[in-house]
Amino acid sequence: MALVEFRSVSKRYQRVVALDQVSARILEGSCTAVVGPNGSGKTTLIKLLMGLAIPDSGTILFRGTDIRGKYAYRRHIAYMPQLSYFPANLRVSELFALLPRLRRQPANPNPLIERFGIHTYLHKRWGTLSGGMKQKVSLALALMFDVPLYVLDEPTNGLDPVATRDLIRLLTSMLNQGKTILFTGHVMAFVERIASHVIFLVEGKKYFEGALKELLTRTRTSSLEEAAVHLIMNHSGVQGLEVRPQPVRTES
Amino acid sequence: MGQIILYVIRDLVRSRWTLAYTLFYLLVGFGVLLMGRDPARAMVTFLQIVLILTPLMGTLFGIMYYYATRDFQELLLAQPLPRTHVLLGQWVGIALSLGVSLLVGLGTPFVVSGFGVGYSLVAATLLGVGMLLGAIFAGLALSMGLLTDHRIQGFGMALILWLFLAVVYDGLVLALLMILRDYPVEKLALVLTFLNPIDLARILLIMQMDVSALLGYTGAVFREFLGASRGMVASAGALVLWLAIPAILIVWRVRRRDF
Repeated sequence: MALVEFRSVSKRYQRVVALDQVSARILEGSCTAVVGPNGSGKTTLIKLLMGLAIPDSGTILFRGTDIRGKYAYRRHIAYMPQLSYFPANLRVSELFALLPRLRRQPANPNPLIERFGIHTYLHKRWGTLSGGMKQKVSLALALMFDVPLYVLDEPTNGLDPVATRDLIRLLTSMLNQGKTILFTGHVMAFVERIASHVIFLVEGKKYFEGALKELLTRTRTSSLEEAAVHLIMNHSGVQGLEVRPQPVRTES
Repeated sequence: MGQIILYVIRDLVRSRWTLAYTLFYLLVGFGVLLMGRDPARAMVTFLQIVLILTPLMGTLFGIMYYYATRDFQELLLAQPLPRTHVLLGQWVGIALSLGVSLLVGLGTPFVVSGFGVGYSLVAATLLGVGMLLGAIFAGLALSMGLLTDHRIQGFGMALILWLFLAVVYDGLVLALLMILRDYPVEKLALVLTFLNPIDLARILLIMQMDVSALLGYTGAVFREFLGASRGMVASAGALVLWLAIPAILIVWRVRRRDF
């Protein structure tokens, strides 16, 4: 069953087409990675779902209901933005207190604070943290809520290998509990480790949607990285490939 | 919205800019009161400072805060909250922080020096008007930020708006009234005064201080048409109503724009 459905969604930023008639479904209990080259529309897709941007056309459904003009549905979604720049003078502990109050929703940050080693800088001001520390706090701020869908925009940015491994373990255990995860990513090894499904975007168009294994089969490649190169090269007409450039949709 | 207001205040209270702003008022306040012996003249000096500085600082804090917290706004807007609550909450938070700075910065010298004894109502009006001007201009600056993603463009627009209302507007009004001097322009002058919050603040304070020489043409028209007490009520009321302008602009813009 689809938790989220994008129906022919288009978005332009002035003259730039960010998304062009994109339809996609995020299945309940899946871990879906939105991948594609820079400027392919990954973040735009997520921003549209979170109500941060307004689609020019098309519909986005959350649990079958159109989200346009609504905000209550976001109670069921926890979000981690790509850039984590919080007010410099707020302490990390204050950020952990602020979001549950704003959402009027209980949160359980302590296991995440322990797991990511945040307790050592819990009372520091945001402006004094390093990039990696900020990313860990940002992740914990999203994952501390018990919601059905987690939307993470580039979650591995700036994370050290240990934190990345911890994140993989954490997300895997969340998936085992039936949670749904939607994320964007550039690190293909991470995507391969965690994603069950892939939405591949190139210049605002969807080129593939379906199970990760299906993508590898279709592109006759052995890794997501090769499959991605395959699709991008095919799109730009650099090489003639067996995969046709028209969008492909597969059911898992 | 209360939580957003609280976090903005918490953030700004710790900001070195807020501290500098408060200290500046403290220094100026004590400086003017210690140097000048005539309270009336001191009050005129405070009036000039408040009329120029509070709108400027409101503008600067509003636009700086908007761009400095854009990414945090993104996180707040992704929460189950109406968009308007986030931006209006930030505005109220900035306005209250600026207001507290003014109250502490100028209010302390007033109280410590005993200046408030003879001029308590004027001093209270001065502080109230300063807080209102700071809030109005912080809101206008936030609205300018909401119009463009380009930081420099946003800063430019906000500062030009402040410059226009603080400096250029009066000149234009005077020029217009000069051109139309053969016609009955009093009502026009009255309307034009209502269109500028700084003019309203100036007239309200000068009428309260009863310094006719500083009223100017529009102030004189104000007093002639409405009388001193009704004029004060009208200008104070209009100044409070002016708060609706940035609120409307923020709500209008925040509902339509992408973040």
